[in-house]
Amino acid sequence: MSDSVNGFAQGGADLELVGVTKQFPGFTAVDNVSFTVPAGSFFALLGPSGCGKTTTLRLISGLEEPTSGKILVGGKDVSNTKAHQRPINTVFQSYALFPHMTVLENVAFGLKQRGVKDAIQLAHEALALVELDHLADRKPMQLSGGQQQRVALARAVVNRPALLLLDEPLGALDLKLRRQMQIELKSIQSEVGLTFLHVTHDQEEAMTMADTVAVMNKGKIEQMGPPAELYELPATRFVATFLGQSNLFDGVVSGTSGKVVRVAVGKLTLEVPTSRSKVTSGEITVGVRPEKIEISRSAPAASATRSVVGPGTVIDTSFTGVSTQYVVDVPGLNKLTVFEQNDGDIVAAGSKVWLSWATEYSFGLPMDTDQFVESDTTTRSLAVAKR
Amino acid sequence: MSLTAFSHGPSGVSAEPAAQKKSRIVWFLLLPGLVYLVLFFITPLISLVITALKEAPPGAFIGEYVTALRWENYSEVLSLYGEHSIRSFVYAAAATLIALAIGYPLAYFIGVRLRPYPLWQSLALVLVIAPFFISFLLRTVAWKQLLADEGFIVGTMKAWSILPPDTHITGTAVSVIFGLAYNFIPFMTLPLYSSIERLDLRLLEASNDLYAGAFTSFRKITLPLTMPGIISGTLLTFIPAAGDYVNASANFLGSTSTTMIGNVIESNFLVLQNYPHAASMSLILMSAILVLVSAYVFKSGTDDLL
Repeated sequence: MSDSVNGFAQGGADLELVGVTKQFPGFTAVDNVSFTVPAGSFFALLGPSGCGKTTTLRLISGLEEPTSGKILVGGKDVSNTKAHQRPINTVFQSYALFPHMTVLENVAFGLKQRGVKDAIQLAHEALALVELDHLADRKPMQLSGGQQQRVALARAVVNRPALLLLDEPLGALDLKLRRQMQIELKSIQSEVGLTFLHVTHDQEEAMTMADTVAVMNKGKIEQMGPPAELYELPATRFVATFLGQSNLFDGVVSGTSGKVVRVAVGKLTLEVPTSRSKVTSGEITVGVRPEKIEISRSAPAASATRSVVGPGTVIDTSFTGVSTQYVVDVPGLNKLTVFEQNDGDIVAAGSKVWLSWATEYSFGLPMDTDQFVESDTTTRSLAVAKR
Repeated sequence: MSLTAFSHGPSGVSAEPAAQKKSRIVWFLLLPGLVYLVLFFITPLISLVITALKEAPPGAFIGEYVTALRWENYSEVLSLYGEHSIRSFVYAAAATLIALAIGYPLAYFIGVRLRPYPLWQSLALVLVIAPFFISFLLRTVAWKQLLADEGFIVGTMKAWSILPPDTHITGTAVSVIFGLAYNFIPFMTLPLYSSIERLDLRLLEASNDLYAGAFTSFRKITLPLTMPGIISGTLLTFIPAAGDYVNASANFLGSTSTTMIGNVIESNFLVLQNYPHAASMSLILMSAILVLVSAYVFKSGTDDLL
């Protein structure tokens, strides 16, 4: 038995997807996806439901067969092997714990299949790692959701797989438990040094846990990189709106001057650093994150490094504790969202305000006309109306 | 003072009649079933126990018995019909195994493979119970015709030299076991289906993910989780099959060499009019099945599954 399952390293192994495509009758779930997850890293596949991230995971685990493309684990092509032959384990979204077995039997299952000698001993150790060894003789149904999740994790981790796949395992947990499990998962990952691939639709979860985040949409990877990089400089409109919030303005490039691209948005002109713009001519979408915007009651002094818009009217003020969220209606730009740290000075709704941000924080994206993203229909319809 | 009155009096007084009323309703609803049970099960059972101990007075006519405590009835039937009893259980066990071997894949196909197609699933289930639209006796007679020596099946098999020229199928153990298995397949398939239909396929994926191949996953996951269906299916097949007297009768698929307990009881009651023997045989059959079934259920350890 153990001979058929090769490649069990004590640490993780590289995972490489080369042009992987999965077609189901009528639609393409995963479209020519390629990426590499280096050994020992924590990689998150982030996307909305139906974007193909779970299918990607199932392709890697071997529960689905790719239509084309190759999957390599530790440099070895596993595309033609079955799920039970791959040195990969999954923590399923539903946990999928075997209801007729005790917690201990669940955890020892994989080890016994591989003919590992001290399966029971190792299973106890894995349960101790997730602090559940005292419940080893219970049946899964007798445990709480969070405990079941930890058993599912122990059942996968105990095998020391080259690659551990996590299919939204925290989805069913309440917020507090989820935060706690996120921290635990991260510490377990660094403790055992496995390669983790985490699939989630929760952008906060992806950003707090992963070294590298790949944002997936409609079966394709839109952008990949460290969380901070993706957040600060999104490459597509989808990433800009899915990963956090963005104020986006559709316009046309009206000129470039060395370091900045000038963009005409209605009657206004905004500037974007050339190095942060994917587009330098024609149609463009300019974006800025809400927390980068400063709100002021009087017109700020003109500056070469800051973009200023206004005056506008505060139409909504919501106090969230650490920050205040404003919705400001600026003629020509429509509604902007602004996050202001709670410094004790709250601008009341109806006030006349000016908004400004350091030009270096804005970014330029290709205007993606076939994509519908709810939050900025207003600015888009403006741009369309202008044409 | 008013506080104490509140905490004891009203709540204590009103709670009890409510509970009493509730239990009266429960008994009232159970009444038809209880009456039915007493009239048609308990009473005949008592009558059976009494009959089993009756004896024929000296010079009595055939079928004339008086109440007595004749325990010899039991030892007599055991020595007379011991062989038939063993044959009954062997036939019933064989038929149960065959029905399981046919019913399990069938139920699995309907419950798992057809799961994405609910319409086909319902249609397949209707087909499983379709034989019930025709009388059990008619179907068994039909099989007698089909398996007859001059019938198409035996004729063809002999022509192709699959069967030696002088073989018969009807009247042999083969045809009786076949008939029993055939008649009880729906009773096997339906409980299996209801258990397999609930099987969470994600558990099989998890098992695959944990290095278990298809066969091991079946043995370690599917089989234990569908055990309740197997238990109830085999019980629903084995119990009636052990007492069946149609398939094994010479009028249908059997002959005098395939007589089962059911046939013995039938002929003692209706032909020989030896009521004490028939009654004691019935009670022995009942207890034997009870013992076998409880041993089986305990052995399967399905207390939390059933």
